[in-house]
This record gives sequence, structure tokens and C-alpha cells, in this order.
Amino acid sequence: MNDWVDIGCLEDVPRRGARCIKTPLGKIAVFRTADDRVFAIDDQCPHKGGPLSQGIVHGAQVTCPLHNWVFSLETGTAQGADKGAVRTYPLRLHQDRILIDAHSFAAATAA
Amino acid sequence: MAEKLVIIGAGMASGRMLEHLFEAEPGRYDVTLFGAEPRGNYNRIMLSPVLAGEKRYEDIVTHDADWYAANNVRCRFGQTVTKIDRAAKTVFADGVETPYDRLVIATGSAPFILPIAGRYLPGVRAFRDLDDVEAMVSMADKPDAKAVVIGGGLLGLEAAAALRGRGMEVVVLHLSGHLMERQLDAAAGYLLRRELEGRGIKVHCKAQTKAILGTDRVEAVALDDGTIYPADLVVMAAGIRPETRLATDAGIEINRGIVVDDAMVTSDSDILALGECVEHKGAVYGLVAPLYDMAKVAAKTLTGTEATFKPVQTATQLKVTGVSLYSAGDFAEADDREEIVLRDATAGVYKRVVLKDNRVLGAVLYGDTADGSWFFDLLKRGTDIAPMRDTLIYGQSYGGGASADPLAAVAALPAEAEICGCSGVCKGTIANAITSKGLTSLDDVRAHTKASASCGSCTGLVEKLLMATLGDKYNPAAIQPMCNCTELGHDEVRRLIVAQELKSIPAVMQELGWKTSCGCAKCRPALNYYLVANWPGEYEDDGQSRFINERVHANIQKDGTYSVVPRMFGGLTTANELRAIADVADKFDVPTIKVTGGQRIDLLGIKKEDLPAVWADLNKAGMMSGAAYAKGLRTVKTCVGSDWCRFGTQDSTGLGVRIEKFMWGSWTPAKLKLAVSGCPRNCAEATCKDIGVICVDSGYEIHFGGAAGLDIKGTEVLCHAKTEDEAMEIIAALTQLYREQGRYLERIYKWAKRVGSDSIKVNVVEDLAKRRQLFERFVYSQKFAQVDPWEERVNGRDAHEFAAMADFQMLQAAE
Repeated sequence: MNDWVDIGCLEDVPRRGARCIKTPLGKIAVFRTADDRVFAIDDQCPHKGGPLSQGIVHGAQVTCPLHNWVFSLETGTAQGADKGAVRTYPLRLHQDRILIDAHSFAAATAA
Repeated sequence: MAEKLVIIGAGMASGRMLEHLFEAEPGRYDVTLFGAEPRGNYNRIMLSPVLAGEKRYEDIVTHDADWYAANNVRCRFGQTVTKIDRAAKTVFADGVETPYDRLVIATGSAPFILPIAGRYLPGVRAFRDLDDVEAMVSMADKPDAKAVVIGGGLLGLEAAAALRGRGMEVVVLHLSGHLMERQLDAAAGYLLRRELEGRGIKVHCKAQTKAILGTDRVEAVALDDGTIYPADLVVMAAGIRPETRLATDAGIEINRGIVVDDAMVTSDSDILALGECVEHKGAVYGLVAPLYDMAKVAAKTLTGTEATFKPVQTATQLKVTGVSLYSAGDFAEADDREEIVLRDATAGVYKRVVLKDNRVLGAVLYGDTADGSWFFDLLKRGTDIAPMRDTLIYGQSYGGGASADPLAAVAALPAEAEICGCSGVCKGTIANAITSKGLTSLDDVRAHTKASASCGSCTGLVEKLLMATLGDKYNPAAIQPMCNCTELGHDEVRRLIVAQELKSIPAVMQELGWKTSCGCAKCRPALNYYLVANWPGEYEDDGQSRFINERVHANIQKDGTYSVVPRMFGGLTTANELRAIADVADKFDVPTIKVTGGQRIDLLGIKKEDLPAVWADLNKAGMMSGAAYAKGLRTVKTCVGSDWCRFGTQDSTGLGVRIEKFMWGSWTPAKLKLAVSGCPRNCAEATCKDIGVICVDSGYEIHFGGAAGLDIKGTEVLCHAKTEDEAMEIIAALTQLYREQGRYLERIYKWAKRVGSDSIKVNVVEDLAKRRQLFERFVYSQKFAQVDPWEERVNGRDAHEFAAMADFQMLQAAE
């Protein structure tokens, strides 16, 4: 079951940038790539907790601002020699609105 | 059992001899090597670049501990041999006896110390070994230090130029009527003198030194004509004499040097000698080329192979960066000789070739020495130059009808043409080694042929030879790509940004064939910087290509909070500013307030969403961003200077404030920290900064290239400025040159090391027009850079950065 909620419009997120949404689980980072694809992952690097939303976005990847770990926005896995992953969240783009499956984070806490 | 070979002297000649010996018969001798210096063999010729700060001692070591160990050499460095007992066949050092079957004396030469009063005062040095260099360097580091160099020959002038480069006031005293009279004629001597005087070195020819004055240490040098030059350092470079004392005591035949035959054997058949300490057929030698020939012969003699030392003519080059000077052969005037002279006063070029019976006897080249090896080759081969006489002086490319392309000129050289004068290596030998051994780099050529391994002045020729032989396969200093997105290195990218007028990151990536669609976290910030620096006023800064700190103008901390540092110009603050800071700390529950090393105050632990409100309060009190996060101008530290301090010589605080007000906002390849100290006590620690100023009575000493982070490095002196205005212009020009040449994230000291401080000095100190242009480019770029980023954001810019997009924290409670 999905529970798509509106979190804002595409233009709210800068290209090659990110914004955060606050959830009961903590922050989720919403990314927009140069070619207007959007992704959501936990805003916390598994290495030392760095806020991934503050990193430099290149392709469908982000580099953590604290120690330069690189994560795939598509899969949430660390790239290169580093091992680790962040949780990804399903997003949908409806016209210029970004929707997130609220169930994906609300359910996790309820469970 | 191996025969016992004892060698006295661990210098260049014996070192080269050992190389030949181990190559020919590795295990034949059980070798003990004595050296008076407490270190192994190094390239003594390169002491001048070490003194000039262009190379480090480690760069000039030729044999390290591993080499000696690998060849089973018993090293006795720092031990002076005091006696040779020829009857018992032993030598004594520190009271210990070492027996030998064969002995090699390679004691070199000793500097000639003028027999005048005061010659043993502290502060009088020769220029012979590393200890001398270290002593001179420490002397040059003192502000306002003055040096007098006695002797305007090769060694003295190299010392003088290096010391001047280190900021000393330098006087050269020379006995003869013109400099380097053994290698140069009067005209070239004049050009050289003019060049050195242009660098601020005083040259006093026909100087009869009478005495060195001083009580506890050297204070001045007095001449016969009554002139007195104050001096903190006196360098004796008046010549060398063969070091023969041990041989004399042992009763070996001595004349001017230790007498040897063609096989390098002394009057005692078990004892060989080579190097500067020997005399062969009445001649003694001081240049390295014949010494290396001796080493070859001595090694053969030791392995029982017949060999004969044949002295060859040698050419000389002066190792003073920026001076091109070449001389070879005999260039004295005589009735039966003719000469061809070419002068180009504007270009500072002088060429003179001395002929006899249509054959080259000697050549002196100043300013343009590219044809040196060609003339030298004609000289040695005794070529009849009659057919090309009319164009001879214009050099090889003209006479041969070849193009002026230097590569073609090297390609046109005959196989016997000498490339490396020091090691006597000709073109054919190098070319053969390149092809037969598959050599691809300069280091390979050095390792296999020894060419370019000594004084290095033929390095350019060897590189051209590599190019000519290998063609496209020669890839000089394989370039490190910027990142995995491109094959290009930082310098090429930068060059192409300018050449192709690329003015956006997408344009760079498109035109230069980036392999990724939008770069990576390494190349994007670098490209953004290059574009900001190259196209002020045109390029629109790309915040998304900046590291987070520069995007939100605060420093990210480990917990994701930020720290905020307002600017305090020159480290000055006021009660009002402090009150505002205290109020901000209270209002936003700032957990930590810290005084920084850059003389300002850091508010730590501020939440990102609070940043604009914090800045608004600080702005209201008149404070702006301190750019404590920037690859750009950070701080200008100062001391209280002449306003308050009883030692202060100038208004260091005022100058620091002025510099910071002028330079804030500028972006640089890496962070840029400055300091101004009011006197040489240096309370503002200016000598470990990227750029530092030490105020002195006569003005401002400008330093650069210090570091006190991962690396620790004292600054080097750039120059002396008489006024604040001049100091400002020099500092801005230096910064601009660094902005234009530095690779992204390359601190100023690394940049200086890469491009060489001489090239920096040429642009910023010597060429006033260039300095002015640099200064003006800096001023222009500041027009667009001096915008307080905090104020912009207080007024709403990049608001998305500081607020969450949506808040679902209450989601559960609401359900």
C-alpha cells in the first residue's frame, strides 16, 4: 500500500542539489539531478553520520561533505572501495510536483 | 679473499669511480670509504641551487645508504684520515688503523682562504660543502643581513646570486677587472655584471681585500682603497687548491697537486689518486668533466685494465637561474687570430667566436647559449668553417639552412656532438641507449648514460633528444589527470579555458570531452574556481559546484551544525562587536565560543536553519563574513606595531587592516592566510604564512610560501618594499599570479615549489610592468568579489538552503 503525499514542486530543489524533509525517522534528503530526475535517501552517511543533502551532486550520485564517500542515489549503495548503504525512498513526479510515499517512513515507526 | 681497497674522500670523483668499479667487477674489492663530511656522496655542483632554495639536499644525493649497503661499502663518514703508513700499508683515522692493498686518495680541494686579518672570525665561510650552505642559509634568514662575497668567479657569483635571492644585501669583491675572467672576455663580463647589478648585487672589481673586521664575529670587510663594506657574512670564493697534505706527509710525490701518471697511479704503485687533488702532466682540474674521466681510468686501473687519462677541453656554464652564459676553449686575442662578434644590446645577447686558420678556437656566448654545444663540437673536431663563415655567428640553424626549430637543431647534431659536458656523453651514446634499452624518460637517460645527472644544464638538450628519438612515444612527466572525468591535467584545462574562451562548466565539459555528464566532486569545484578566476564579471558562480562550506558560507562540523566566524580586520575588534557576538551567542544558544588562530572569534554549533538570523544580527553590528570556510583570503594577522609596541618599526596593524580591506572576498586556489609583523621579533608569526610581511626600519620585507599545517615550512623572502603602497602592490600581484597559476587546492608554497620562486620573482619583483598588470587584474576582479555573502543571504538569496522542504515530524501524532 502506498500513501503518496506532496512535498513540494520540482523547482523547489536546485538542479544538482538537494533539500531535506523532516520525518519522525529523521531527515530524508530529496535530490534533483541535472536531468531533472528526483531521488530520496536518508540524510545520514553510514560512515560518520554526515548530512548527504549537503554534498555535491554529480550524475545520479552524491559525495558526502564530511569524508567524501560517494553514494548512488538510485540504489543508496556506497561507490568505489567504501562499503555501506543508505535507505532509499520511493518518489514520484506528477507533473512538476514531487510526491513521496509517506507510508515508507511512517510505517517504519508504527511497526 | 677480496683485496682490501681503501678510499680517502667520498666526493664526486671517487663516487663515480666506485660506480664504474662495481659495474665492471662487483665483488673484487672489499671497500672501505672514508669521508670527512658526516654524509655520503652528493652532487657538489648542485650546492648552488640548494643555497638558492631551488633544490633540497635530498634532491642532490647521488649515493644513499642503500646504495652503499647494496655494494658492501664500509662507510666511515665523518672520520678524517690523519696518516698514511705506506710501509705498513695502513691508514689511521680517529686512532684506528685500517689496512689496505690498494689505496685511492680523493681528498679533493680546499678553499683558498686569503691570508688576511680576521679570516678566522665567525661568519667567514667558504662555499664548499653542505655545512657551508646551511650556515649561509641560516645567516640569510636574518632580516637585513649583509653578505660580502670575495671572488667573482663561477662559485662566488653562484653564491652571490643565491644569497641575493634569499633577500640578503650582497657585494661581490673581485680582484680582476671583470667578472669570471678565466671563462669570459671583458664584454661578456660586462653583460654579466649588468645583469647581476640589475638584481641588486653590488659588484666591485679590482678590489684588493685588506682585512676582515670584527671583534666577536665578522662585521665588515675593508679594501686597500679605503672602502668598507659592512657584512654579517663573508663568503671566501677566491679559488681552490688541491688538498695534498696527507700525501705530502706520506712522502708521495707532490707538485701543485698529487702527481699521477696516465693511469692515475701516484709515485707509490699501490696508491692511486684522482679528482681535484691531483696534478696530471702539470695541470690540475676543477671542473667535473675531467674528474669523471679520471674516475673511469682509475676504475680500469683497479681492475687491471689498461687505460689512459686524456684531458679534453671543457666548456663552462654558470648555474645562476635566469643567466645564460657559455664559454669554451681559448678566446684570448692574438695577432694570428680572428674573431666574429655579434651584439644585440636590446636583447642582451653577445656572441663571440675566436678563429685561427678557419678553425674555432674558442667561443663565448651570453644571453643566448642554444648554440653552445654546436660551437664546442666544431672546436673539438677542428672543423674547417670556411664554407659557413659568413653565417657562423648566427648559429647552427642559420648556417645549416635548417629551421629555427630547436628540435630540428638537436636532430641535426652529429652523433659525436657532446650533449653532457660534465659526464662527457655524446649524442650518439644517448640516442643508442634510448633505442637499445627502451628508455622513455629523463630519469632513465640519467640512470643509463649519466647525461644530465650532474649540473643539469643539458637537461633541455636531453629532453629534445628524447623527443627527436622517440617521437610521440615521449611523454614528458606523464600528466596527472584532474580526476576520472578527464585525461587532462589541471594546467591544460586551465590553458584551454583561456585559449578557447570557455566560460561555463558545461562549456568546459563539452569542449574538452569530459567523460561524465556532469563531472564529479573533484573536478567541479576546481572548474568553478578556474572560471571565477579567469572571467571576473562574466562567469556566474555555480554554487552547486562548490563544497558545502562555500555554498552556505559557514563551516560544516562533524554533527552537521555549522560554525560562524565574522571578519575582524587585522584582528581588531570593538566593544560593540563583542557585545553583538555575545548577544548572538545567548540568543541562539551557541554551545562553544572559541578564539581562533587567525585572531577572531568562532561561534560553533549553530543549526543550519539559524544561519541567516545569526548573520542578520552580526550584519547589524557592522560585521561581515570572515570567509573562514573559503579557498580564498582568510585572515591578515597583525601585531600592535608602532602604535603601541616599543619595538615596532612600522604600523603593522594599520597595514594588516589595509591589506585585509583590499583583499577580502578574493577567491584563490587554496586558502590564503597573511600576517604582518611590526618588527623582526615577528609576533604575528608572518614567516609561516602564505604571505607575510615583516616591517623593518627601512620598510617592508615581503615573504611568501610558508606553511604551518600538514607541512611546516618557513617562508622565503620575495623582496623588500619601501612603502606601504609598494608592499600592497607586490602582495596583490603575487596573489594574482598565484590565482592564475595555482592548481585548485594547491597552497602557495606548493605552487612556488612547482613553478620555482625565480619565475615568481621575475613576474612580481623584477618586471615592473608585469607586476602592474597583475595588480590591475587583481583590482578588477575584486570589483565583483567584494560582496558580503551573509548580507546577500540575509536578504533572501538561496533561501532554499536554510529551510526544510516539508515537515512530517507530526505525521504520527496527527494520525
